Amino acid sequence: MPSTHMTLTSEEQSILDGKQGDVLAKAMKSIVVYGETFGATRLVDISGSQHLVTSFGANTIKPYFAMMDELIEAGLRTQEPFTVDPRPMEYAAVDVNPIQKLVNKLVFGKQADYEQQLQKLGLKNQNGFTCACYLDEVGNTPKKGTMLAWSESSAVVYANSVLGARTNRNSAGIDILCAILGKAPCFGFLTDEGRKAAWKIEVKTSRQPNAQLLGSAIGLKVMEAVPYITGLDRFLGSELTPVVESFLKDMGAATASNGAVGLYHVEGLTPEAKELGEQLLVNDYQSYVIDDAELARVYDSYPVLWKNQEAAPKRIFIGCPHLSRQQLQGWIDRITASLKERGLTRAKMQVVLSTAPDVADLFREDAALQTRLAGMNVSITTICPLMYMNNPLCAKEPIATNSNKLRTYSTARFYLDDDIVELMCSGQSNQGGK
Amino acid sequence: MAATFTGRPVLAGNCKGEALVTHGGLNTLASYQKAVILHSKKAVCSDQNNPDLYQKDMAGKIICLPQTIGSTTGGLVLMTICSQGSQPKALLFADHIDSLAAAGVILSDIWLEKRIVVVDQLGADFLDAVQTGQTVAIAKDGTVTIG
Repeated sequence: MPSTHMTLTSEEQSILDGKQGDVLAKAMKSIVVYGETFGATRLVDISGSQHLVTSFGANTIKPYFAMMDELIEAGLRTQEPFTVDPRPMEYAAVDVNPIQKLVNKLVFGKQADYEQQLQKLGLKNQNGFTCACYLDEVGNTPKKGTMLAWSESSAVVYANSVLGARTNRNSAGIDILCAILGKAPCFGFLTDEGRKAAWKIEVKTSRQPNAQLLGSAIGLKVMEAVPYITGLDRFLGSELTPVVESFLKDMGAATASNGAVGLYHVEGLTPEAKELGEQLLVNDYQSYVIDDAELARVYDSYPVLWKNQEAAPKRIFIGCPHLSRQQLQGWIDRITASLKERGLTRAKMQVVLSTAPDVADLFREDAALQTRLAGMNVSITTICPLMYMNNPLCAKEPIATNSNKLRTYSTARFYLDDDIVELMCSGQSNQGGK
Repeated sequence: MAATFTGRPVLAGNCKGEALVTHGGLNTLASYQKAVILHSKKAVCSDQNNPDLYQKDMAGKIICLPQTIGSTTGGLVLMTICSQGSQPKALLFADHIDSLAAAGVILSDIWLEKRIVVVDQLGADFLDAVQTGQTVAIAKDGTVTIG
């Protein structure tokens, strides 16, 4: 065991000693040992709703299901209702062939059983499946300073950076145990010291950079360190409008997946940077300048993992992480206008726009819009595109995306937004894609 | 001549085995994805972005690494490979163990009663010294001997 020891309250100690049952004692022991590994000297009370990464009933994760069963059988529930990442499939919106469907059943055969486990442990509701739980329409939006123990890297980095909440990058398993205990070990991003920036990023591009590409460049450079980003407020302004929040959501997801960033500060924009400015930088910080040439270098470094690089894309995924309401409306408007400009009625391949169920419901209520989108070969879904790609047969398909996270974790090919619009209109895969 | 390094025992134990070295971060999900899907006793690394490990069997090895990287499902993946018997014998970190790997090995230890011996903070020199295929011995106090 690590050498440091926590000071526990009498109640926490009694739980650890098994006075409230063996299962709760194991949960407490898990988070105490976890915290001591990182030098935590105490636990803090979680003051908001939790978010979990594990949303998929994969047949193989039996020890996790067994742990969940132990928790349920002991009569335990989370202190507050929680949200969880997106479901793996939704055939009405993203059709697959019968063999792919069969493989999905083999891979995700425990989905129904697992969703029952989630409900028993405190799932918010049937719409609680989204990686962007912090969107207004979903409502798991912690306030500044709220202590959490979230998982899902894109949600963690958003909560810390844009909302000013405090959570470490927790793994699946630890997240649910903390949610049940209502406690998190106090280390890392939960402390003032852990929120200091070791890198100063100077954005010196000639125009507003693509959020997914910028986040990738930052993540690849700083890995798990905290970056303090300057020069971005020139393009984004100083207010967290829905457009700016969506930009930061996508940039953050790329920093977290291309590297392991759990918190960033944007000068003049994000809450702590507005309050503390360059005081957030450690004394011996490192610097990284991002200009047009550097973004081009990063873009050119991405491998293309399609077997046939000239293949006609089967499908385009937009919305990893899930699109905000403003982004979803923006994409619908842009696709509509782009097709019209070219005298087209229909995209050359299915365009899948992925968003939170609570946002999707707002658009699905409009029957005329649904008919119009179907005619354009555009579909609104609530799935995780990454889980679609976890089906080995789907992974072999030529899939295009504007998501740097999806690019990182799958064989999907990355396109900038302008290029992906060109792709859906022309059907040509060599329009700038990487 | 044997080289000795001392780190911090995170999950202490005595063991001896064959080293498998990665100089880049071990992406837990990408590396074990195939082994988990196939429920395999072997753990052939499926991470195409890791030239040190790709297509090598990681089961039963002493994996020497800077730290783990990747998805927050990482801990769950480590639990799963422990339950199917394809886990490494030990993990030797040059740096401080990361939160995802820590969760995986701690949850396996407590909920599955399956221990992967873990020593961290062995230093960059350790990764420079150790080579894949060498015999490595680990003592409970965090001492690691190569050769």
